[in-house]
Amino acid sequence: MPITQTPEVAWRAIAPALALAGGGVIALLVIAARPKIHRAALAALSLAAIGAASWSTFDLCALRYRVVMQGSVAVDGVSLFANLILLVTAAMTVLLSYHYLERRRIHRAEYYPLLLFATCGMVLLAAANDLILVFLAIEVLSLALYVLAGMARRDAGSQEAALKYLLLGAFSTAIFLYGIALSFGATGTTNLGRTAVKVASGGVDARLTSAAMALLAIGFGFKVSVVPFHMWTPDVYQGAPTSVTGFMAAGTKAAGFAALLRVFLVSFGALQWSWRPVLWGLAAATMVVGSILAIAQSDVKRMLAYSSIAHAGFVLVGVVAGGREGLSASLFYLLAYAVMVLGAFGAVIVSAPDGRERLSFGEWAGLGQRHPVFAGAMTLFLLSLAGIPPTAGFMGKFFVFSAAVQAGETPLVVVGVLASVVAAFFYLRLIVLMWLTEPAGEAQELGASPAPALALALAAAATLAFGVYPQAIMDLARAASVFTG
Amino acid sequence: MTQPVQYLALAGLLFAVGAIGALVRRSSVVILMSIELMLNAVNLTFVTFARMQGSLDGQVLAFFVIVVAAAEAVVGLAIIVAIFRRVRSALADDVRTLKW
Repeated sequence: MPITQTPEVAWRAIAPALALAGGGVIALLVIAARPKIHRAALAALSLAAIGAASWSTFDLCALRYRVVMQGSVAVDGVSLFANLILLVTAAMTVLLSYHYLERRRIHRAEYYPLLLFATCGMVLLAAANDLILVFLAIEVLSLALYVLAGMARRDAGSQEAALKYLLLGAFSTAIFLYGIALSFGATGTTNLGRTAVKVASGGVDARLTSAAMALLAIGFGFKVSVVPFHMWTPDVYQGAPTSVTGFMAAGTKAAGFAALLRVFLVSFGALQWSWRPVLWGLAAATMVVGSILAIAQSDVKRMLAYSSIAHAGFVLVGVVAGGREGLSASLFYLLAYAVMVLGAFGAVIVSAPDGRERLSFGEWAGLGQRHPVFAGAMTLFLLSLAGIPPTAGFMGKFFVFSAAVQAGETPLVVVGVLASVVAAFFYLRLIVLMWLTEPAGEAQELGASPAPALALALAAAATLAFGVYPQAIMDLARAASVFTG
Repeated sequence: MTQPVQYLALAGLLFAVGAIGALVRRSSVVILMSIELMLNAVNLTFVTFARMQGSLDGQVLAFFVIVVAAAEAVVGLAIIVAIFRRVRSALADDVRTLKW
């Protein structure tokens, strides 16, 4: 008798990823059929695909949490919350991108489908419950981001960013893959749930699993830019087009940390005693090195890149704290970081009218007198990144640190608070420059068009709202901090 | 008779050769080739473990890796060609407008 049984496909559960991938394919076909199509139409198409993905994510929220597709895709609180962060990030990126790309003469229509494919990879990564899917999702998002980073083809910095991101990204993927191979060798499965069962039963080779965990941690460390695997971050963030940088900073971090949390808390949860000290050290090093190196920067994008490294350390504090508290604090932090970093990079995009942005600190001098509303928004984002109340960044740090104190990790919190104090210095330097310095040279217009202005306003409103009234989002994050193994 | 462990050792060796190559070579193309070597070492590991455990999962994974490696090579070579058109060099060291 022939085997006619086919695997069951849970279309509804993977609808968000399908909507994004489908939107990307349609956009590519449209470009192929009508090469002269107006790029604003593609931006609108992307927003429609993101809207469809959001709608299907809300549709999923009503369902019971479960794993589908032979256990390889998890529909649970963490994946749904990550979807929320990723879709908000993608929508804001599209809003910020269109005018910026036109001004910088990056007339590549493929930008929008690539953005959708990268978002699709991130959504899959956050939901991946099988190491095969983790690997494929990382590749889908990385391959799209390599090209996006090099989108400004005539710009030497953008090309260099693409090359460095590609070489180091591919290198880290190979290491990550070796980790998957060793984990498969130790447990005989790539499924995270079955790995957890095997690991908890204790019948696995301890050396193989330790090596596997180390290699997986290195792979994730590269993706979310944890010290000492952060070397690529400043160059890539500085060289890539600013809209792509904001997207990378917010999206890759959210998806990467969702997958990291799932792999380490679900599969290797029984071995916490072995990986927690390692992540402890990585978190401390990341916060300290990121904050200190940021002081020496004179380029705003590069400063934000080092700040992004430091923030990866703060999220790691939540991971180290573990448990439901640490998990929900990390999720809250990722959302707060996404809105404030998109706001900050969005402000860099809007800061000048022509293709050029205000990149060096000196160009921001006196902006407070000439464009008070704009400078006020940028100040809000910087205060939030520094973790000063009443902003989202402060509440994020507060939740992460209190979860860590409850878990008995007070020394790590002390390191974190000291790093925050150091970090406040360079954010405040830019704020002082904007408000307390006399403007130099000719008054220059801003490049504010309606769409990026709307994105900035939304980011500013969210940054303030999460800081003044964090309870609603925190309740959501707490309700979402559930894995289905 | 060869033992599976010998294949694992060979794969580990190939992976190390690839990793060292990726770290010390200066030409972008050779770095990409070294990374391909690392990926194929991983494939050998997957297939050996699949054989040892009598499960097909590892072999399926090897196919996925082959496809992804091809896609990565396409994107990588495209970026290298784009840079080569501008600076007439494929050495990673010649690309350094950003401070390292």
